[in-house]
Amino acid sequence: MAHVAFGVVAAIAVASALGLVLRRNAIHGALFLVVNLGAIAVLYATLGAEFLAWAQVIVYAGAIMVLFVFAIMVLIPGKEETGPDPRRAWRLLALPAGALLFLQLLFVVGGRRSTAATASPAVGGSVESIARLLFTQYLFPFELTSVLLLAAMVGVLLLARRKV
Amino acid sequence: MTDLGIAFGRVAFVMLFVLNMGGLLTWVERKQSAIMQDRIGANRASIFGFRLMGLFHPLADAIKMLTKEDFRPARADRVLFGLAPFVSVFFALVAFASIPFGDVLRVAGREIPLQAVTLNVGILYVFAMLSLGVYGVMMAGWSSANNFALLGGQRAAALMISAEIAIGASIMGVVMIGGSLNMMDIVRAQGHLLWGWLPAWGIVTQPLAFVLFLTAGIAATKRIPFDTPEGESEIIGYFIEYSGMKFGMFAMADFLETVVIAGMTTSLFLGGWQIPYLVADGVRFPWGGAIGLPHLLVVLLQVGAFVVKVCAMIFFMMLVRWTLPRFRYDQAMRLGWLGLFPLSILNIALTGLGLLLWGGPA
Repeated sequence: MAHVAFGVVAAIAVASALGLVLRRNAIHGALFLVVNLGAIAVLYATLGAEFLAWAQVIVYAGAIMVLFVFAIMVLIPGKEETGPDPRRAWRLLALPAGALLFLQLLFVVGGRRSTAATASPAVGGSVESIARLLFTQYLFPFELTSVLLLAAMVGVLLLARRKV
Repeated sequence: MTDLGIAFGRVAFVMLFVLNMGGLLTWVERKQSAIMQDRIGANRASIFGFRLMGLFHPLADAIKMLTKEDFRPARADRVLFGLAPFVSVFFALVAFASIPFGDVLRVAGREIPLQAVTLNVGILYVFAMLSLGVYGVMMAGWSSANNFALLGGQRAAALMISAEIAIGASIMGVVMIGGSLNMMDIVRAQGHLLWGWLPAWGIVTQPLAFVLFLTAGIAATKRIPFDTPEGESEIIGYFIEYSGMKFGMFAMADFLETVVIAGMTTSLFLGGWQIPYLVADGVRFPWGGAIGLPHLLVVLLQVGAFVVKVCAMIFFMMLVRWTLPRFRYDQAMRLGWLGLFPLSILNIALTGLGLLLWGGPA
């Protein structure tokens, strides 16, 4: 039962990721990404990480992707991006770069198999355990992330003010 | 088998409750506005001469919408245009699932929590479903190949983001006091009495959050005074190209969202299914004295209380809808980002200070 569910959800995730890459229509691509994020959230939930799953849906699918779709709707009036691709040369780099990333992932996931299996049950998926880890063991990276976000926010304010 | 039956019953109750409330609201909307404006309101639809205060009008509306032409603009995006109303209704419909409509029901040695789905992070679930509903509106706005629809979709997205942040930040105070993200626990935490007589409902412990949440919640339903995505006198909105039942589904989604927001307000701020002084084995007055009541009656009373509270909240939201004029687009944005959001952050800080001074979660 669980294997079948995983298979279905994983297939949806892969298919929507392919849809995101292959569709020329920007809105379609963004909506495929939303489906993909939702499928990944379902995978988190089946692994017992309920909080992570819903946080993913709220933050990524519910907020960030809404902004993405909003921006696409504002900036791209036409339905399809056609005509010659101005960055055609860059595409040649995509295959080696993607292959490198894939190899890295393979290396990391393959090398970590033994430790990952033992680490996950101790962490758990509840809000309490995540919060405890965030504010004790991972406090420094957590605060660093917030500084990074703050810097981005200040930067956006600066850019927005300059235009007025 | 019985487990499956119970699960089915729980889901069916919530589903039928939300769906029927949504249908009824089309009638409430007309009748309540009529009473507020000293009119008679919808009362013409009749079956064999019975008019029943116009209660047949939702039925007549449904028949009318189902038999209308289902029009699609030639340049519309076929798939998204068809999908959009379903996405809208779907997320509005499933959002209610983790809102508890009663305490635990004990029958024949079983304990049945009275909510459709028991989730440890139920409040996040409702919140997530509410925020996903906007995709239906955005898809409709974009796929219609109509500038007014596109404008409506953009406005809906901007409105939703600003409302959502205020909703998320304002429920944090309630979560801090309840000490849980589980809706059932949050409702239970509101059951104890402050100073021995005052129920610790969210509206008592979190008055500011109540106002902020309700305002942002009404904004999330996209209804007047926050109906900038529609704005029937300016842009008509994201559903300008829709007709028939697909149009009806967008209207339906707004009503369903109203029910969800009312249910959420009830659960977070009005004690959910709690009745003051009613505990598991009967009524216990703060001045002494108690009346014993059987378990089944207590549960029925609590479910009844939940329904009454939801209806009262819907009534209030309808009052607002027929009282206030529409905010201008920039006013709505300003209210969300410069009014609701900072105040909800302030509320979180105040709640944290209060919990530090007067002890942790009850």
